Amino acid sequence: MQFVGVLLDGIAYASLLFIISAGLSITMGLMQFANLAHGAFAMVGGYACVYCMNALGVPYLATLPLAFLIAGAFGLVLELALYRRLYEASHLTQVLFTVGVLNVSTASAVFLFGAGSQPIHLPSYLQGQISFFGATISTFRLFTVVLVVAMAMLLASIVRFTRFGAQLRCAVDNRRAAIGMGINVDRLMTIAFTFGSALAGLGGALGVQLLGLDPSFAFKYLVYFLLVVVVGGSGSFVGPLLAALIVGMLDTASRYYAPETGSFTLYLLMVALLVMFPNGLYGRAR
Amino acid sequence: MQFSSRAVVLLTAVLTAFTARADDLKIGLIAPFSGSETAGLEMDYGIKAFFKLHGDVVAGRKVVVINRDAPTPAPDVARRLAQELVTRDKVDVLAGHLFTPTAITAGQVSTQSKTPMLIMNAATSGILAKLPYTARASFTVAQTTAPLAWWAAKNGMKRIFSIVADYAPGIDSENTFQREFVGAGGAMAGSIRVPLDTIDFSSYIRRIQDSETGGVFAFLPAPDQAKNFIKTFRDAGLDKKGIKLLVEGGMLQPQITATLDDDAIGTISSQHYSEDHQSPENKAFVEAYKSVSGNRVPTYISVGAFDAMNMLYKAVEAQAGKLDPVKSVEIWRNMTFESPRGPVSFDPKTRDIVQNIYIRRLERKNGVLTNVEFETYRAVKDNGKQ
Repeated sequence: MQFVGVLLDGIAYASLLFIISAGLSITMGLMQFANLAHGAFAMVGGYACVYCMNALGVPYLATLPLAFLIAGAFGLVLELALYRRLYEASHLTQVLFTVGVLNVSTASAVFLFGAGSQPIHLPSYLQGQISFFGATISTFRLFTVVLVVAMAMLLASIVRFTRFGAQLRCAVDNRRAAIGMGINVDRLMTIAFTFGSALAGLGGALGVQLLGLDPSFAFKYLVYFLLVVVVGGSGSFVGPLLAALIVGMLDTASRYYAPETGSFTLYLLMVALLVMFPNGLYGRAR
Repeated sequence: MQFSSRAVVLLTAVLTAFTARADDLKIGLIAPFSGSETAGLEMDYGIKAFFKLHGDVVAGRKVVVINRDAPTPAPDVARRLAQELVTRDKVDVLAGHLFTPTAITAGQVSTQSKTPMLIMNAATSGILAKLPYTARASFTVAQTTAPLAWWAAKNGMKRIFSIVADYAPGIDSENTFQREFVGAGGAMAGSIRVPLDTIDFSSYIRRIQDSETGGVFAFLPAPDQAKNFIKTFRDAGLDKKGIKLLVEGGMLQPQITATLDDDAIGTISSQHYSEDHQSPENKAFVEAYKSVSGNRVPTYISVGAFDAMNMLYKAVEAQAGKLDPVKSVEIWRNMTFESPRGPVSFDPKTRDIVQNIYIRRLERKNGVLTNVEFETYRAVKDNGKQ
């Protein structure tokens, strides 16, 4: 019986999608900013991980926080230097700008690291498989799930219990009122953007093994990141989490049970969900 | 400062325009140079390696390569580039093509303008029939796949599961493998066509496990797919359960094997070229290639470019510096030569290449994962016939 195994594989895939897309959900919810270049920050994390491991000899586990920090730093610099100038611009301008960022990121990655797919050699304790409720799952997938669940719980408690979280929820719900109440939304945005980029970086580093890493990474997975945010509803973490689980598990299950349908099942369900919930599963009408 | 640097650029442009003289032999190369594809560079280095070994002057004409970027299989882009190369740059020969669609539309320009064309990769069967002035220095997927099926049947494999990328070359390889393997007495345990955007192979691996097959044939040439599939296969321990992994050689290019671990050792593949091929021609080629590319390892794409240059030189020499489309194709279809990949000839009817296909095992050699050839199927034709 492979059912449990397929389910676990789906959850592992979903965890990656969630951790990369979480930041995108916040920037879209907070500023209605369509950041199509979000995947570039995941790519930065991926390259940071691979470079630290292969060129500097940093052990794999230590590269994960490094990827988190480096991608966060990139996010911070780009937010302060470029992104914040375009929050008031039209959506078309934002899309053109972020597609430009995407292209620059691809070209930079080719220039710095070459066009090929990047190698990653996991430590032996993360390779192989373990049995789990009678099903087998690869050790690395389980590791990914555990790490992402921990991060998600951390995120949820920040949003739920801290002053920053309260400000964030307030600003997403009603930005004008938040400004009126004296909340510094610009600063909030910088922090959220940086943190979202850092999370994407962590996801990118984790994803090198399961998704692969080459200069077109940010383009290749753009559809999946957008799916998660749009179906989930921007502005929260719960929506994208739910959507990532649906996308991940359904994609994995349909490939196992009905491989001849290809990606058809997934996209059909996405269309159905968007027709039923135009603002996303967890989104509010605006 | 601003002005002077502009002046330099302008001067260089003017000088380049003048240095490209009328009697130069101009090659218009269409291949992916931007984006994440490395094929353009591999062809470029293959050509430079040829220059290094044989010089860049043939029959008194200096050879100039004009590179044009076609990063995706988009047919309209290739058509426009080919038109520009023929009408504006007045190239003597078109070349390149990683993808079949670009080869077809550029080939139409070659046909209309009677410009000879040399395909350096594009591996779909049958495309030469409609391109009268084109020859192909690479291979076809049917050609590299069939011997793998013969080998599997000969080595007592009874049931094989096939998994291929869902696009024309993938379907070519699936059909060829099934036809040849079933024809040799084997049975298919199942087959799956995987969408090109697939990243996670875990579900497919589970399906393969369920089928209780003795072996898997895979053709997933996109680097990420190749890497992810092989890693997931090994991670799930299918090889330890006695399931043998057979792949078309494109899945084990040097840039992909560099991303694999020791547990991939033992993977069997079939192809026309391995950088490890033992011959003086290949030794010279690998050395020249490394010296022009900053120590990279040549791929089957580089050897396609290298051999295309050889074909071009032979045609130009035989015509004393000219390159008549009809005569050139006549020369190419009757050519035989020793390539770095081994002996090469052409099928005079179809103009398609006839060559040895090698069965290789992935081994660690001098510290690097290498495809080591251990069995040869001689003079295999395009349609998978010997």
